[in-house]
Amino acid sequence: MQYVLVGTGVAAVAAAEAIRRMDPKGRILMVGMEKDGYYSRPGLAYYLTGEIPERMLYPFRPEDFRRLDITLIHDRVEGIDPAARRVRLARRGWVPYDRLLLATGARAARPDLPGIDLEGVVYLDNLEHTRHLLRLARRAKEAVVVGGGITALELAEGLHARGLKVHYLMRGDRYWRRVLDEVESRVVEARLEEMGIRLHHHTEIAEILGKKGKVVGVRTKDGRVLRCQMVGVAVGIRPRIELAQEAGLETDRGILVNEYMETSTPGIYAAGDVAQVWDPKAGKHVLDSLWPMARRQGEAAGYNMAGQRRPYQRTTPLNVTRLAHITTAIMGLVGQRAADPDAGMVRGDSEVWRELPDAILAQKSEEVNYIRLMVGERTILGAVVMGDQSLSRPLYTLIDRQVDITPIKARLLAPDAPLGEILADFWAQVSRELGE
Amino acid sequence: MKLWKTLQALLLQQKARMEGVVVPDNMRCVQCGICSYNCPIGIDVRRYAWEGRPIRDQYCVTCGECVARCPRGVLHFETLTSTLR
Ligand SMILES: Cc1cc2nc3c(=O)[nH]c(=O)nc-3n(C[C@H](O)[C@H](O)[C@H](O)COP(=O)(O)OP(=O)(O)OC[C@H]3O[C@@H](n4cnc5c(N)ncnc54)[C@H](O)[C@@H]3O)c2cc1C
Ligand code: SF4
Ligand code: SF4
Repeated sequence: MQYVLVGTGVAAVAAAEAIRRMDPKGRILMVGMEKDGYYSRPGLAYYLTGEIPERMLYPFRPEDFRRLDITLIHDRVEGIDPAARRVRLARRGWVPYDRLLLATGARAARPDLPGIDLEGVVYLDNLEHTRHLLRLARRAKEAVVVGGGITALELAEGLHARGLKVHYLMRGDRYWRRVLDEVESRVVEARLEEMGIRLHHHTEIAEILGKKGKVVGVRTKDGRVLRCQMVGVAVGIRPRIELAQEAGLETDRGILVNEYMETSTPGIYAAGDVAQVWDPKAGKHVLDSLWPMARRQGEAAGYNMAGQRRPYQRTTPLNVTRLAHITTAIMGLVGQRAADPDAGMVRGDSEVWRELPDAILAQKSEEVNYIRLMVGERTILGAVVMGDQSLSRPLYTLIDRQVDITPIKARLLAPDAPLGEILADFWAQVSRELGE
Repeated sequence: MKLWKTLQALLLQQKARMEGVVVPDNMRCVQCGICSYNCPIGIDVRRYAWEGRPIRDQYCVTCGECVARCPRGVLHFETLTSTLR
């Protein structure tokens, strides 16, 4: 059996591990066009701030790949011939497969702006981009960052950590309004301002200004000119579905797969940021851009490619990240009512967070420690936890396992309820039953 | 800010001595390597997090450095009894 995995991200690595568990003898070829191979993509943000050196970005050592008996190939896959079950590599030509996995991830979207090709326009997308960005940051003094969500903030904070003066431009009236509520946005914004990052609401770039091919500033739609040598862009991502489209696989925004991670063409699977996965609970295909989900999907794909019949169990989306130095967990349904002009699908995102729960809001804020709950009929549907994370694991379980919270619902919704205490007490009662 | 950090580390250390072992929640881990980079003993904490296993390394001094530095709240201390359960 020959398995060909396209991509060297976490989805492909998890698939390889699963295949090897089931099939000790099969041949596993992993083809990736990045010469850096498998590294922690979310870790790029911490490489940018200087918290880790580049060498720490690699979770696997060469011997880990040897142990799994994976053949790594640095090349680009240019075409698929499903009828003959083979893929075309740019340098090596045709390679046959019995099972094929497309784990090609997503790329950063490029806005259609005058000046977008100038040197100094940067993305936090892959390791190569990040190195380039760091080189430019050494000489630059000012930067403008545009976009919404986590990556835009990581760019702004990272460039600030590298000593640049940073202007963060938002189209809307506050940060990440699609996911965060007013209080949460304001907490983050206040922290950013304390750090010295300049925020510009209701501000869009009309044009990136250049001189001799290099960025020298931006002109905003309201006619202001901000001087800068770098423009950081994080306006969304696009799943890399071209290969699948050309091969006639069914696609929408991502490559459509069933619960077994199989595409519309037998023998071809997809997983990770590129896959739009059938969710029986939701009754539709959903797209996530989250590392742990990419891993779970890759694993499920691997088992099924190796002949097991194991559906992918989509869990409640969870992201824990640092927003302006505040550890923030976002889980389940937390969507905001108003549309967010800054962000389509961004990195570290899930479509679920955009949906509006039919829920009542309970919130509690003690300085930076803050909990927001979306309380449904009998369960907690979603939560945002900022600062102290000791309750976020229990909360995640309550949400994911749809634990009946009727006994504490009235207390949770009382004005000024001590949410932390109520939840901790409740958790002490139910955790044993849940086997936690 | 510095003082606060030191205090936090001290509290964590105290907690660690009382409670025992570092346990990862691998749903949250993004394999960034900050924990491994900051472990004074050079334990590859990130690998334990990938495998979802408690850090039962005889050299772990339960200093709490990895727990405190992880940007995603992946790591926490648990008592030996509760993890053995
Ligand atoms: C700055 C940043 C911050 C993030 N923060 C978070 C976060 O806080 N939380 C979270 O959960 N997630 C976060 N993410 C998202 C997370 O990194 C992704 O969900 C995850 O990496 C997806 O893994 P993947 O294997 O599907 O794809 P990828 O990691 O994108 O890997 C795909 C690989 O396929 C290769 N490839 C594509 N086409 C071809 C081809 N034709 N031939 C050969 N190779 C090809 C690409 O070069 C790439 O190496 C972040 C991402 C970034 C960039
Ligand atoms: S620091 Fe946290 S997120 Fe990063 S690898 Fe370690 S456990 Fe995982
Ligand atoms: S507690 Fe300290 S010694 Fe133990 S793994 Fe973490 S950083 Fe290393």
